Amino acid sequence: MTSYLFYPGCSLAGSAMAYGRSLEAILGPLGISLEEIDDWNCCGASEYMTLSPLAGHALIGRNLALAERQRNGSDTLVAPCSLCFANLAKTDRYVRQSPVLCDQVNAALAADGLHYTPGAVAVRHLFEVLVDDVGVDEIARHVTRPLHGLRVAPYLGCLVTRPDLDRRRRRHEHPKDFDRLLAALGAEVVDYPLRTACCGGHMTQISPDTGFELIRRLVDAADRLGADLMATVCPMCQMNIDAYQGEMNGHFHAHYRMPILFFTQLMGLAFGAGPDALGIGSEIVSARDALGRIGIEVPPAEEPVPAGAGPARRPKKPQGLPMPRVDDEADR
Amino acid sequence: MGAAIRSRERSSSPADRFEDEVRAMTAGDPRLETCIQCGTCGGSCPSAADMDHTPRQLFAMIRAGLRDDVLRSNTPWMCVSCYFCSVRCPQEIHIPDVMYAIKAIAARERVAPVPSAPDFSRTFVANIRTFGRSFEVGLAARYYLRHYPLRLPGLAPMGIGMVTKGRMGFIPHRIKGVTGLRAILAKAAELEAAASPADRVPA
Repeated sequence: MTSYLFYPGCSLAGSAMAYGRSLEAILGPLGISLEEIDDWNCCGASEYMTLSPLAGHALIGRNLALAERQRNGSDTLVAPCSLCFANLAKTDRYVRQSPVLCDQVNAALAADGLHYTPGAVAVRHLFEVLVDDVGVDEIARHVTRPLHGLRVAPYLGCLVTRPDLDRRRRRHEHPKDFDRLLAALGAEVVDYPLRTACCGGHMTQISPDTGFELIRRLVDAADRLGADLMATVCPMCQMNIDAYQGEMNGHFHAHYRMPILFFTQLMGLAFGAGPDALGIGSEIVSARDALGRIGIEVPPAEEPVPAGAGPARRPKKPQGLPMPRVDDEADR
Repeated sequence: MGAAIRSRERSSSPADRFEDEVRAMTAGDPRLETCIQCGTCGGSCPSAADMDHTPRQLFAMIRAGLRDDVLRSNTPWMCVSCYFCSVRCPQEIHIPDVMYAIKAIAARERVAPVPSAPDFSRTFVANIRTFGRSFEVGLAARYYLRHYPLRLPGLAPMGIGMVTKGRMGFIPHRIKGVTGLRAILAKAAELEAAASPADRVPA
């Protein structure tokens, strides 16, 4: 049993609860235990830094200080959310690098009797722990129900490989680790060129036109490549592509229906867990049809398909629509 | 190498003063003074098309001391923090951190060209100060009603879906140490104000 310190982040019990449930389902088989940091606070997403960079670092510093205090055996702090991970890693890196910032952050932390020693914990993304520590080969050994025939777009997103301030990842723009992990589950991995492109983060809130275009690019590329669904390692990416896909469709008069699942949900399915235990069905763009095609039955949602998303509202055939589409591969 | 260039800190020209101000607001070392104006940043940026100025132009403007134009540019607010520019920058400038610094100054002086953006941050931050955690329902309700009421009908099916699927709770979680957290944040704000003295800011 390998034990890690764990920073779940706010979304894991909320909008990304499917990520939390599916993570719990795969930890046992992989021999991992996660010890949650006691009384952790929000990492500030990109909002605290926007108003006050130093307070943003102090906010993150509190989590690092709590993690340092809770170290026992393991000094690796694991975050499943890419934004939380990037924030924690950045503050840790900058206080190691800049004595001035380190003093300022610790002066702020002292207001609540806390202290962080630069480098006391090693911050890593859950994805890194699974591909680097556990390893793809070990993951493959637990597969009892390979996802044969499921075409998956490996959407890793920005923040796992960038900024990568400690230079741990070999490739920042076209990493192949996510492809290998999904292939080990038996999935058919499409060669998705936008692996590490941006989902827009909070742009769906502050500048919707910008946000919708970034989402459209990602969904369109997956759609053109004939992917059944996209896989993600980040609650923010999942939220943007899943929850805002409807509004994006409205904005572009488009009709995309591209489900996106957390990689832990796909791992859980491949390990033989039931869809319900993995939070499958909680996505807004349902993955039911995609999974049904490979023989995984997802119980229908209690309520009918939400307005605007059902087949009844897709009257026209693709030709003549404003958005160019390549459909010759879609019905293979 | 950076040290030699930086030795002109505290020079008295307005251009240098603004560059210093940005640097003081950037946590860590932004390496801004090493920019060689190659333009790799703008060419790598997924949202450059929506920016008033590319990052390269913005850095030249900072260097030229065009304080007002920089603070009123929408460029930092269009930055999505994807770090494509920062891993490609030959000078390893911490570009997104510089953007955060400019946003912080513009938000403080209330000159941000996209008023909804700092407001989103303020609402988010107010929730953190109150609860210690983010509170999605409270954030969305307050923010959309104020800035995007017309988006609400289009968002309703998604909102209903999020709630019925158990992805949005109406009861925020408050951390135990929220009082201590507020003390930490207050102290940090005080230190930040001390690092960027008010005499640099026109009244």
